Amino acid sequence: MKTNETIDLSKVEKVLDKYKDARGALIPILQFVQVEYGYLPVYVIDHISERLNISASEIVGVSTFYAQFHLNPRGKHIVKVCCGTACHVKGAKKIAEKLGETLEVSVGMTTKDKLFTLEEVACLGACSLAPVMMVDEDVHGKLAPDTVGAVINEIKGQGNT
Amino acid sequence: MVSNQSGNLEQKTIPRKPVIIVGTGTCGLGAGARGVLASIEQEIGKLKLQVDVVQTGCIGMCVHEVLVDVVFPGRTRVTYGGVKPAMISQILEEHAGKGEAVKKYVLSQMPSEDKTVAPYEGIPFFDDLEMNRNQLKHILRNCGFINPDSIDEYIAREGYTALRKVLKTMSPTEVVNEISKSGLRGRGGGGFPTGEKWASCARYTADEKFILCNADEGDPGAFMDRSLLEGDPHAVLEGMIIAGYAIKATSGYIYARAEYPLAVRRLKHTIEEAKRKGFLGKNILDSGYSLDIYIKEGAGAFVCGESTALQYSIEGKRGMPRTRPPQSVEAGLWDKPTVLNNVETFANVPVIINKGAEWYAKIGTEKSKGTKIFSLTGKVKNPGLVEVPMGTTIRQIVFDMGGGIPKKKRFKAVQIGGPSGGCLPESLLDSPIDYESLVGAGAMMGSGSFVVVDDATCMVELARFFMNFCASESCGKCPPCRIGTTLMLDILTRITQGLGEEKDLEILEQMSDEIKTMSLCGLGQSAPNPVKSTLRYFKDEYLAHIRDKNCPTATCVALHKYEVTPEKCTKCMACVRNCPVKAISGSTKETAVIDKEKCIKCNLCYEKCNFMAIK
Repeated sequence: MKTNETIDLSKVEKVLDKYKDARGALIPILQFVQVEYGYLPVYVIDHISERLNISASEIVGVSTFYAQFHLNPRGKHIVKVCCGTACHVKGAKKIAEKLGETLEVSVGMTTKDKLFTLEEVACLGACSLAPVMMVDEDVHGKLAPDTVGAVINEIKGQGNT
Repeated sequence: MVSNQSGNLEQKTIPRKPVIIVGTGTCGLGAGARGVLASIEQEIGKLKLQVDVVQTGCIGMCVHEVLVDVVFPGRTRVTYGGVKPAMISQILEEHAGKGEAVKKYVLSQMPSEDKTVAPYEGIPFFDDLEMNRNQLKHILRNCGFINPDSIDEYIAREGYTALRKVLKTMSPTEVVNEISKSGLRGRGGGGFPTGEKWASCARYTADEKFILCNADEGDPGAFMDRSLLEGDPHAVLEGMIIAGYAIKATSGYIYARAEYPLAVRRLKHTIEEAKRKGFLGKNILDSGYSLDIYIKEGAGAFVCGESTALQYSIEGKRGMPRTRPPQSVEAGLWDKPTVLNNVETFANVPVIINKGAEWYAKIGTEKSKGTKIFSLTGKVKNPGLVEVPMGTTIRQIVFDMGGGIPKKKRFKAVQIGGPSGGCLPESLLDSPIDYESLVGAGAMMGSGSFVVVDDATCMVELARFFMNFCASESCGKCPPCRIGTTLMLDILTRITQGLGEEKDLEILEQMSDEIKTMSLCGLGQSAPNPVKSTLRYFKDEYLAHIRDKNCPTATCVALHKYEVTPEKCTKCMACVRNCPVKAISGSTKETAVIDKEKCIKCNLCYEKCNFMAIK
């Protein structure tokens, strides 16, 4: 595809070099690509397939098995609502619903402005602060349906300054 | 001014200048520790104070986060709870500046062995607090006390003495025997005797052998391993190196959960520090034994907590379990002999080596030795981490340490062991917690999640929640688990929607047994446990959903009747004000009444009622 020619694969090259002699390198390499590009682009998968001599279908098999990998682009910020036991008991469902309303998306979707992706996660291990959510790497605890909007707005505000 | 190296938390030695300690584990950060830290830095500048600011891990009192401790030279260490940035200026000015504790924000003070250190009058000691009184902290001894990023602070508290002892004075076989004698059993779920596992692996010789640490804490409701990795990572590493020596491992991997970024960061730093000091790498402490340990970050799959799936994941494959034998101890990672233990199990090892197997075996019950950490959450007053001797009763944990149920609600059940565990009712409050008793009661130790539910929680919905979890986390390899969990989920969903039939309960029982006996791995074998235990102890709730089309706790939305229970209505009018179609009449003098003709079942009144008066 023509559009792919402009894409810089040098970063992928670097990480491929780093793991040249390592065993079981596929997942760390995919993790790097996921962080760097926000998803696993098809042409990068093809490239890794050639370099590691692993079939593209096996790579797609691995990437669809794990929740961390995505084959489509995602938002700039990832909002993960915890739906673990403690959060469930303390009303995580309402938090997820409210976030969906605030962001105008349903779980698993990305906002039109590509700023946020709303996801559910099995447990964030911050159960004593239930209900919680994680925005990128920050955990926000003791949420209530009427406070989640403020968290989202704060992040939106940070983006503008 | 925030330093990661300095800071003298040892109460045995007296710091020269005041030390401020902020808890910055995930709980602390989630409760706003970052803002508190920023405010501390700002105030220090304003007041021109000479103090050290140190960060530490989780001390277990998660309910009181953000926690800030102040040590004034010559005085005991004082803990402030629920700290907000606005409280900082007073705390710093009066306590760090003048040595006077701000009592209205104080939680407790730490006892000191040093007689010249003066305690404060009228402040309770840490161990006397309700939630700490009956705890026995051997494994959590350092969490919340030391700076987890400082290897020197770990060493100052007997860190790496066990490794030194093992390498200098014990043969690998002696180490295995010591662990066997202690009675330590795996803390990750099944409770397999650790010594036995090590011994069977030690029997095999190969060009490569592996020691693995399972830090893929996936049980919803469990955070013991996260807290250990964030609060005392060196203890886990030390235990792992000792295990490596015992089975003659050539290298090791820590498989850490992707959702724990802070734990992964701390671990990376921990490994570097240990290498720098010669506790890890080539020729450890001149013993001739070499071991390298690497971190593998998980990519988000619950099934990877299963040993063979975890090994496939490290190899870069789909994490799907395989049939056994061969067992991992014979042919595990890359088909080489492998031992896999969980985080808490490794953290027990240095304690056993330092204090001796006999001392250790005196703690706990006949078949379950030592202490166990539980993450106590859900509807309790003091959620947090508790470490108790095996054999402690459920009642002690829920009511003594947990402080009971908040908001005047009643205890209904405790869910132990996550999606593999079960729900235990009030009648079992006095049963002891050990591996055998829990299995007998229909639950299991699991990794140690301990979620308390009150009388407002629907047990059918809770069972459905866990089945939903298992159905979506099933790897799909074996049909009993893949299809069985989905079918059971369908039935449970129907029941919560009021579409259940009485024969469904029989089918659920039958499918539970089939999935349990026919599934390939632990995920499927234990997936029916939450259903089985709720059917056993809360069958009347299932029947109410099926026969009366009624959810006794009014949790299942599809079964809501939208009627006001007059005895519960406080005439607060919250429902009246919020009804979008004005279907509710009532006043401050009259009980609310819902006009069913007008009601559009939007559920808003139910959500707004604080007194559970709407069914």
